[in-house]
Amino acid sequence: MMASAADERSLWVLFRGQLRRDLKLAFGQPSELANPLAFFVVVITLFPLGVSPEPGVLAGMAPGVLWIAALLATLLGLEALFRRDRDDGTLEQMVLRAQPLYLPVVARMLAHWTVTGLPLTLLAPLLGGMLNLAPEARLPLMLGLALGTPVLVLLGGVGAALTVGLRAGGVLLALLVLPLFVPVLILGVSAAELASSGLPPSGPLLWLAAGASFAITTVPFAIAAALRIGVEVG
Amino acid sequence: MSHAVLDIVGLRCERDDRELFADFDLRLAAAEAMQLRGPNGAGKTTLLRCIAGMHPEYEGSIRLLGAPVSGERLLFVGHRPGISGLLSAADNLRWHLDLAGWRGAGTVVSAALDRVGLCGYDEVPCQQLSAGQQRRVALARLALPTAEVPLWLLDEPFTALDDAGLELISGLMAERLAGDGAILFTTHQPAPELPGLGTRWIGAAA
Amino acid sequence: MKYIPDGLRRLWHRMGSPRWFFETTGSWVPWLGGAAALLIAVGTVWGLAFAPPDYLQGDSFRIIYIHVPAAYLAQAGYILMAVCGVILLVWRMKLADMVMTAVAPIGAAFTFLALATGSIWGKPTWGTYWIWDARITSVLILLFLYLGIIGLRRAIERPEAAGRACAILAIVGVINIPIIKYSVDWWMTLHQPATFSITAAPAMPPIMWVPLLLNVLGFNLLFAVAVIQGTRTEVLVRERRTRWVNDLCLRETA
Repeated sequence: MMASAADERSLWVLFRGQLRRDLKLAFGQPSELANPLAFFVVVITLFPLGVSPEPGVLAGMAPGVLWIAALLATLLGLEALFRRDRDDGTLEQMVLRAQPLYLPVVARMLAHWTVTGLPLTLLAPLLGGMLNLAPEARLPLMLGLALGTPVLVLLGGVGAALTVGLRAGGVLLALLVLPLFVPVLILGVSAAELASSGLPPSGPLLWLAAGASFAITTVPFAIAAALRIGVEVG
Repeated sequence: MSHAVLDIVGLRCERDDRELFADFDLRLAAAEAMQLRGPNGAGKTTLLRCIAGMHPEYEGSIRLLGAPVSGERLLFVGHRPGISGLLSAADNLRWHLDLAGWRGAGTVVSAALDRVGLCGYDEVPCQQLSAGQQRRVALARLALPTAEVPLWLLDEPFTALDDAGLELISGLMAERLAGDGAILFTTHQPAPELPGLGTRWIGAAA
Repeated sequence: MKYIPDGLRRLWHRMGSPRWFFETTGSWVPWLGGAAALLIAVGTVWGLAFAPPDYLQGDSFRIIYIHVPAAYLAQAGYILMAVCGVILLVWRMKLADMVMTAVAPIGAAFTFLALATGSIWGKPTWGTYWIWDARITSVLILLFLYLGIIGLRRAIERPEAAGRACAILAIVGVINIPIIKYSVDWWMTLHQPATFSITAAPAMPPIMWVPLLLNVLGFNLLFAVAVIQGTRTEVLVRERRTRWVNDLCLRETA
């Protein structure tokens, strides 16, 4: 029994160590933290200019626009997710040494979500207001993003891990992960749309919650397996 | 101690459509070091990566203490330093300790940096250090308690090091050998004086 | 694997040998190909020329004789890739990777055929070549998934690594396919409650469904032949430096 308690502590050390390192790296690079957010805001700004500044039109498309912008902002941050770690060799050390690899992968994704998905979620109601999104839809929009962005980050992580050693990784990454983002997009947008038309948004939100729990428990295994291939390439 | 630390039998390995090894055998006992020598492209790095499990396309058997190789029983220092330039030396080493699930006191980090002559550089981001100093940070991993594993695989560990650095690293290697570890390394420089050092040429016959 | 009888295990291992596959399937191809051609010819001629027109859609319904088998094989192809992916990752059977390599472009071609025929059918039915119908949207996303697999395989230079990477992607994709399908279906019911669909049509009389059955069988065989041929090519490419392939080449050129 003593041994298993000790093992548990080792696992916790492994998880915490990776999380601490990745958060330090992320917050050590404020521009990388701010860029996806700035991108999110700029894309949102383009829609009233490109489509129509009419409040009614904006309100109708606000959920979709916010979600697509969030999706693209997530995608933007993914390319660099494992690349630097691969180039400096820390990725191969992680793959080689960590037992199990699942834990540092979860920590890595959690850290990445903290600096991408979380700020997007927090910023969304403000931008929703700028797009004239119905006030009662703002909370469902936020909840949807809070549940949906972890799934986006995880699925994106699979794509990032699969393309980590490749020269033409960026465009390929978009092709790999965007189709997988479709259900999250649909559910997230519907939650906000249902709420803005006065209907309860709980259905799609519950589906998103189910999807998030499923993704959090299973997708890191796929990322870990993909990373093992990624460090082999060179 | 009946098992060899490292036992490679009948290794056949190819890379980019070229056969690097065929029928390659290598045996390394505890407290033995072996220097791999051979021209560039002979497959020294590939051999080390095969052993570490990062080059799965091989045939033959590679065993570590009679069991399949597992990452926690070896230490690999490759061409890539395994050190993040944005983090300080101390943060990097602490992460290496965490990776191995090490639960002891964090003071071992500064002790390790002292050993490689980087006393006082703990909190400097590694990218501000010179190439030789960065190499020393990477090799400071050898002085951590988590380095006490049966097998070290060192790929060109002496690159960019000055004479004093070379001395320090050979000292660490000698200590590991005294602790019944085995070391397999590559270098184009003259090998340091180590007890039980053998040399193996690869790729020269072709 | 411990509880599997020896004979079965030996069969499994033999099946995993690319050489065994190449030598065994060589004689199948003309037979399967011939049967496919015959079935498709009979089914198509019957469907296009002799089956009566649909009472609602007129002659435009006849495209189902191509569309339905293509759409079904498009999905089956992706599932086949994922199954091969599992076999590759779990049992490291190289042949599974070769099959997976062969299926990707063929599956993508069938997906494209399903999309094209669906869109042609849309013109007389909806008055436009493209409509965001749930089924067509799902097939379009399936095409993207295929293109992702093909793109990933081309981007990774070492075939062994490419195989395992594609296997992971195919498995993640195949879990997502039903989720994508249901989410898109559900999305469409929110946005356009009443679309016209084939499944809503009344049961077909035998003179209409028998040719469909023939074409489904024929397309299945066509798919199988294409995959077998593709895999055979892949076997030769990957094993080009082995003695048996060299002997084969010498014999063929002699």
